[in-house]
Amino acid sequence: MKNQTGATEAGTITEEKAMSTLKSLALAAVVCAPLLPATATAQDSIYVPLLTYRTGAFAGSGIPIADGMRDYLTMLNERDGGIGGVKLILEECETGYDTKKGIECYEAIKSKNPVIVNPWSTGITLPLIPRAAVDKVPILSMAYGLSASADGTTFPWVFNPPATYWDGLSQVISYIGAQEGGLDKLKGKKLGYIFLDAGFGREPIPLLEQLAKDYGFEVKFYPIAAQDMQNQSSQWLNVRRDKPDFMVLWGWGAMNGAAVKEAARTGYPMNKFFSVWWPGDDDLRATGEPAKGFRTLNWHSADGNYKALSEIKKHVVDKKLSQANPDKVGELLYNRGVYNSMLIAEGIRNAQMLSGKKVVTGEDVRRGLETMNVDAERLKAMGMEGFAQPIKLTCADHNGHLATFMQEWDGKAFVKVSDAIPPMVDKVKPLLDSAAKDYAEKNAGWPKRSEACDKAS
Amino acid sequence: MFYREAGQFKTSYTADMAIFPLREDRIGLAVIIVCAYALALTGNSFLLQAVMIPFLIFSLAAIGLNLLTGYTGLLSLGTGAFMGVGAYACYKLTTLFPGLNIVLCILASGFFAAAIGVVFGLPSLRIKGFYLAVATLAAQFFLQWCFIRVPWLVNYNVSGAIEAPLRTLFGIPIVGATATPETRYLVVLTMVIGLTWVASNLVHGRVGRAWMAVRDMDIAAELIGIRLLRTKLLAFAVSSYFCGVAGALLVFLWYGGAEYDVFNINQSFFILFMVIIGGLGSLIGSFMGAALIFIMPIVLGMVVPAVLNPFGLGVSAATIEHLRFMIVGALIIFFLIVEPHGLARLWQIGKQKLRVWPFPY
Repeated sequence: MKNQTGATEAGTITEEKAMSTLKSLALAAVVCAPLLPATATAQDSIYVPLLTYRTGAFAGSGIPIADGMRDYLTMLNERDGGIGGVKLILEECETGYDTKKGIECYEAIKSKNPVIVNPWSTGITLPLIPRAAVDKVPILSMAYGLSASADGTTFPWVFNPPATYWDGLSQVISYIGAQEGGLDKLKGKKLGYIFLDAGFGREPIPLLEQLAKDYGFEVKFYPIAAQDMQNQSSQWLNVRRDKPDFMVLWGWGAMNGAAVKEAARTGYPMNKFFSVWWPGDDDLRATGEPAKGFRTLNWHSADGNYKALSEIKKHVVDKKLSQANPDKVGELLYNRGVYNSMLIAEGIRNAQMLSGKKVVTGEDVRRGLETMNVDAERLKAMGMEGFAQPIKLTCADHNGHLATFMQEWDGKAFVKVSDAIPPMVDKVKPLLDSAAKDYAEKNAGWPKRSEACDKAS
Repeated sequence: MFYREAGQFKTSYTADMAIFPLREDRIGLAVIIVCAYALALTGNSFLLQAVMIPFLIFSLAAIGLNLLTGYTGLLSLGTGAFMGVGAYACYKLTTLFPGLNIVLCILASGFFAAAIGVVFGLPSLRIKGFYLAVATLAAQFFLQWCFIRVPWLVNYNVSGAIEAPLRTLFGIPIVGATATPETRYLVVLTMVIGLTWVASNLVHGRVGRAWMAVRDMDIAAELIGIRLLRTKLLAFAVSSYFCGVAGALLVFLWYGGAEYDVFNINQSFFILFMVIIGGLGSLIGSFMGAALIFIMPIVLGMVVPAVLNPFGLGVSAATIEHLRFMIVGALIIFFLIVEPHGLARLWQIGKQKLRVWPFPY
């Protein structure tokens, strides 16, 4: 690499008088030069890149998640000296929820031997899926990304625990059904689906259409384009006209807060308004009291009364190693970041046990994720007893299809209001299998799984 | 001094009309092309995959827009959408005819973009300037709407995304995850050089002169016998062709997959800024603009922490991002104040200075 930079630079000097495009070559040399020290990662450490977004329209959701992810792993570094005695090298790369920058980040981190990548954007996840197997870097897209990637046989390198969007939608519908006194009571009802008009929001639509047919309810679609996230009034006028019996929200970033605000303004009853797991505390706090009664799915705790979180406070926040506002530690999206990092840490820990190595590679972590079995005992050991349900992944199932629960905004915080709601496996499973098969078929030459299956440790 | 014309005699009309009449320019260009190819052998994958490939693709798109806005004087805000047409057309072509060579697919997809470009170029016969920009804005919104709403375009994919399948050239994968950055770079480089050559010949020939005549004063151009309808629509067609090919390259040789949102209005502005900063009516300017707008933020992202870290100022990724925005914005304003005609004009001035150095008059 040194040679190459030298050669380009020498070239620039001799042809200074020549044509202009050379300028770009010179720039290229400049780009390359600072890479040299960065690639020299220490031998006895594990490199964990974090693709985050603290800028742009989605920063409102991105910041607490970034803080949560970073702080949990920093806490492991500070308290235990990393995982299995190996320090983790954490590095954030700012994507701004932009696919272009996300790919640039991925290219930048790839040379530093990352053991895992968390794109935190469905748009960035999609182009990375085919690359994962080639670059030997597993993708952890936690409850987002391609639903079909839950199928480990087709997608050995992609993991999307603990539930897919299809699971989520079936859970919302079965919760609404239970509220109404049975799924058959949904017949003739009208359901409004307000969603971010992108891959993320459109993902549940096939299942929604099928469920509408099966249970005899009518669906009204209210798509919100990414550029109109904060300007939803026209769609809410339609909602007012159509008067749906229930509203289901599938939004992200500034869209969630704006949707709740608009619902309050149009006077839509909050107790008929449900959402997938992405709205955070800040989204609802902006509307405050009128948002009371709004319910979202969730699979982990939304408060800070756990040992793991107090350890974060002690080892990270109090030592001023965190960028988070101390009040935000333990909020919903912060905890989601913590959960994501818990999965990373467990994947690495498992990989160390499986491979017997201290410094694991992306290939080892793939095996580690695949055999992950976080049971109640393990959760207790991590100081997360009751924080979330146990989760177990297998070679065939990279998702877990965990049951989630409904939580309600009481004006100040989220309160759990339901028992575990399992996904409608009979509805989701066939769709998932056919989607995975379809993906492999459409991408001619999609590699057959050649990775051996490990026994759970 | 550096550009000595003395002793270079032209003995034929062909030599006199050459695009690069000076020997120094020809040598320089040859060296650049050789260096660019040599980079494939020596560059690391980040340089190729994250810097050079997108830089070349954006340069191609900027050339496309420059043909329309810089050479013909028709302002367009539909670049992103025309790139999208190229990308989706290429996706449909390569999935419908998997046996067809992918390079041919990419080149052919430009024709679909050209056809759409002609349709949206029709209003240009009646309206000019900002009003035309609004009309092309309609293309941007309408086409983007099509990318979301017409599931046929994405082969009824549930997530609404297009993915680049594995495709080979001479048995070597060039599209898909297994394609190495080196081969991708070589393909992109060759296509960009070839298309730049075509563009260069177009703008230096009869067609280009007609475009420029229309740009400078369309009534006068009509009076000297240039047919406005054909000339303007040809400009739209050729411009959209280049943008379409750039869009197909973007998805197939760089991203490897894309959602509709890649081709949004921001993409159009991104390319328009490249053209304005680089220099309207200049092919070299398109490359320079792409370098400034695309590569500079990447360089800043590396230079800023490298400068600040020795002082013990650990900066977070988000701060770097904010700094990037501020510095790029400031530099754009700086360049526009210093040289409103773009980087190409700066380069021209520099060349003139080198020519008379060390005895300026």
